[in-house]
Amino acid sequence: MLTALLIMTGIAIVLGAALGYASIRFKVEGDPLVEKIDAILPQTQCGQCGYPGCKPYAQAISNGEADINQCPPGGEEGIRKLADLLGREVKPLSEEHGTEKPKSVARIDEQVCIGCTLCIQACPVDAIVGAAKQMHTVVAPLCTGCELCVAPCPVDCISMVPVAATVETWKWKYPVHELRSAA
Amino acid sequence: MINSPYIRKPASVQGVMLAVLTALVPAIVIYAWQIAAVVLVNLAIATIAALAGEALVLKLRGRPLAPALSDLSAVVTAWLLALCFPPILPWWATMLGVLIAIVAVKHLYGGLGQNPFNPAMVAYCAMIVAFPALMSQWPAAGQLDFATQLGLVLGGARELDAIASATALDTIKTGLRTAGATVQSIMSQGGNFGLVSGRGWEWLAPAYALGGLYLLARGIITWHMPAAFLGALAAISAAFWLADPTHYASPLFHLASGGAMLGAFFIVTDPVSGATTPRGKLIFAACIALVAYIIRTFGAFPEGVAFAVLLLNICVPLIDMNTQPRVFGYKGDKGDKAR
Amino acid sequence: MITRLFGFKGGVKPESHKNESSGTPILTAPLPKRLVIPLRQSIRSTARCLVEPGQKVLKGEHIGEGEGGLGTSVHASTSGTVVEIAPYPMAHASGLETLSVVIEPDGEDRWIDHTPLDLRTVSREEALAWLRGCGIVGMGGAGFPTHVKLGGGRGIDTLVINGAECEPWITCDDRLMRERAPEVLSGAMILRELIGAKQVRVGIEDNKPEAIAAMQAAASGLGDAIAVVPVPTLYPAGGEKQLIRVLTGVEIPQGKLGTDFGVQCFNVGTAHAVHRAIRFGEPLVSRVVTLTGNVARPGNYEVLLGTQVVELLELAGPKADTNRYIMGGPMMGTELQSLSVPVTKGTNCVISASPALFPPPPPELPCIRCGACARACPAELQPFELYWFSRAKNFGKAQEYHLFDCIECGSCAFVCPSRIPLVDYYRFAKGEIWARERERLASDQARDRFEFRNFRQEREKEEKAAKLAAKAAETRAKLAESGEAPAQPAEAEDPKKALVAAALARAKQQQAAVTPKNTDGLSADVQAEIADIDARREKLNQQDADKAP
Repeated sequence: MLTALLIMTGIAIVLGAALGYASIRFKVEGDPLVEKIDAILPQTQCGQCGYPGCKPYAQAISNGEADINQCPPGGEEGIRKLADLLGREVKPLSEEHGTEKPKSVARIDEQVCIGCTLCIQACPVDAIVGAAKQMHTVVAPLCTGCELCVAPCPVDCISMVPVAATVETWKWKYPVHELRSAA
Repeated sequence: MINSPYIRKPASVQGVMLAVLTALVPAIVIYAWQIAAVVLVNLAIATIAALAGEALVLKLRGRPLAPALSDLSAVVTAWLLALCFPPILPWWATMLGVLIAIVAVKHLYGGLGQNPFNPAMVAYCAMIVAFPALMSQWPAAGQLDFATQLGLVLGGARELDAIASATALDTIKTGLRTAGATVQSIMSQGGNFGLVSGRGWEWLAPAYALGGLYLLARGIITWHMPAAFLGALAAISAAFWLADPTHYASPLFHLASGGAMLGAFFIVTDPVSGATTPRGKLIFAACIALVAYIIRTFGAFPEGVAFAVLLLNICVPLIDMNTQPRVFGYKGDKGDKAR
Repeated sequence: MITRLFGFKGGVKPESHKNESSGTPILTAPLPKRLVIPLRQSIRSTARCLVEPGQKVLKGEHIGEGEGGLGTSVHASTSGTVVEIAPYPMAHASGLETLSVVIEPDGEDRWIDHTPLDLRTVSREEALAWLRGCGIVGMGGAGFPTHVKLGGGRGIDTLVINGAECEPWITCDDRLMRERAPEVLSGAMILRELIGAKQVRVGIEDNKPEAIAAMQAAASGLGDAIAVVPVPTLYPAGGEKQLIRVLTGVEIPQGKLGTDFGVQCFNVGTAHAVHRAIRFGEPLVSRVVTLTGNVARPGNYEVLLGTQVVELLELAGPKADTNRYIMGGPMMGTELQSLSVPVTKGTNCVISASPALFPPPPPELPCIRCGACARACPAELQPFELYWFSRAKNFGKAQEYHLFDCIECGSCAFVCPSRIPLVDYYRFAKGEIWARERERLASDQARDRFEFRNFRQEREKEEKAAKLAAKAAETRAKLAESGEAPAQPAEAEDPKKALVAAALARAKQQQAAVTPKNTDGLSADVQAEIADIDARREKLNQQDADKAP
């Protein structure tokens, strides 16, 4: 009886020590989940989800404060990937946060621009160049299409232009199945 | 818009299936002429059941009928089953088996090309488990006249004693349970044995092989599976036979008995449910032969090919994944699997 | 010299249909009414335009300067006037437009002055720059710049010249080799010299005995280093990797260059163009194009680059039941969405297709995993696995199964008994993977820029604060000098407190200086009342100040 107790206690101590050691030795640094979610988000930094950027939204999803369907630029594909990652149900994009649109970039009508720098301050990725009282312009390859510069413009000279396919970006379509009906 | 290539070889699924049916003809001729002519009736019953079952399911699934019915894949399944079943199986049992194959095994998994198991073999196993008595009544070659055969198939009275109720494989297995019996003594006493295996039945083996060679020549099947299957079966039976020739039948007996030849060229080679890589095919077919030998020699069932095929069907994804061939430009095993 | 041949696995044998167009000599196509010369000569690079509308140009005049590492020069194909620089459709599956120079020929076809290059007097680099200036690119279809391919040449053992022409229907290389074998081999010898190869092997499919005979006759005077080797007719023996494998036994994996393995490969048309460029100084302005299929007069034509297909087809006379046109061969070509596309350096053939010659594929059936595609694949892939993964959009798995080793030769789709358009699935999957890669790069960039912007805003805030503190210290120093405020040593050491103090001081000063303005223009009574209130407030403030020790 006593030996049994001693053996069990011994095992418990050894296992406890091993577990304790493992928890220190293999401690996970940081919160990789937030990084993983952030990697799926499109990095538009548009704030349509209600958070000031993609990373804060990722943090909010990870904390369970936000749902996975609040990112219009990520679209259905993004929701599906998030659902996959988090093991949740795929759900349609929440309407209050906006709708999925074709990828666009901002364009400044340089004839109208008064050089107020408001759009430069609004741009989350510093994709607009210009100086006070000088004409501004959008560096199109850097623009994420977040539309945050559109509202601040006092003369409404910024418009969103859909990105046209070029030979470099053109894609083959998914082959269509044509099952012919019975003759 | 249609994209390249704009030209295609005149190959079709229908053509492949037609070649398989053609390759079965020599065996059917031998069967009808030497063993039991009623097999032709069984083939007709099975064909009708297969096409009707296929049409019914396609209708239920809302799929177009014409392409699926004309691809002849259901007919191939039906013929294989009719050749696997005992010739005097009642008509309703044949139909039931074919419907299991077509409806449950093929279409419930998504139709042509989607089934993970060989439809004919699942149906065969289901029938042997459900109707063990009916499924083990094998008449000796030429034992019954056509009228009796037809009567039995169409539902006449079944005088079980009147029918020799065992195949060559079964006779040897049960015979060996008697003390002092040897393979030689069993084979020499009954009139049911021919040169190497069951009298009459043994001639089916070369007929199937002939059809198989036709398929090989046409490029419908590759040499891998028949070679590996027959090679492994011969090897394992030879090993036991050399160790103890009185209690284990010769490799020739095993190659000529049961479903060995039919299996080697027509069952194992089913592309949909089998392994696809060259090395995978060798492993797949050899393993089926080994399992089949173990079942037919030591197991409770008279023949093991069907069960062995199903067991290895489960392993196909694993086999394929681990036998991916080398890709052009990669040295050795580098192209095998994911980098 | 006895040459050992190596095979490649897979391959298919479509009907060759070479006899339709191989019987007649190469004819020079008449001068077209207009030339549309795209500035983009390949997917990879677009040239910078050097001409303006209205400008007169001569044949061979430089009209586009290649940009980037893969750029080559673009030239006017004949003399005439530039009438327009505008987007025109290009010969690409997308049917997209690209900026093109439109030239109206003046009918004189007058060459610009050009002189041969004496290779003995120039360095290798100069010779490569010369080829770049002559706009020499691979003429087998891909249009890869020749000087780039030659550039990596060190330790090259074998130079392979590709005369296999394995695609059905096409005969332009066949005719070129039959009629201009000495020129082709001269170009091959120049290429050999530039790349420093020990030996040259010309691979020609054995269904072209006349071409083999002509090339062997021409090669007999060039010594042992060059061998014309008949190779078995098996599509795609003319694929670069397949031909290198057949002639040398070397296998070049995807993503690697031939030079890493001591081999390099050029098309016979390229060799011919190199010969013209070095021996005559002629830039690449024309090429041989096969016109065949459902036409009255099939044959090969020497065509100026930029000639629009619609004008070219008049030479061959498509029959009435022609319903579509294929640029390139039937295995890998593209159906033209517009007949206004021009002939480019990679255009080897235009096939007029009729439903009788190229019947539409019968309906698709499910894959039965028969493995016919795997046996036909020259890249030794498992095409049906790639098909399942691509169809399920499981792109990661598709890549694991070497999707990018696929050369899109079409052999798998050619043999498929279920007539599945397999190559379409691979093109789709490749495009999606590339698009995702682009998106990932873009979002990584956006993330970095967003994080940097946040960092910058934070830094600017701090800098502002620091500046303010410095200013505060300065102000306080000034105040201390004038003796208006008591010096507080403890505060001076803490910039924040100093800042606050300075701000307070400034605020007080401002308060003192500014009198409320809304009191102006009020009636005398109200003003008196305000003055009264102010006096009382002042008194209270004074009392508070007295109470506080």
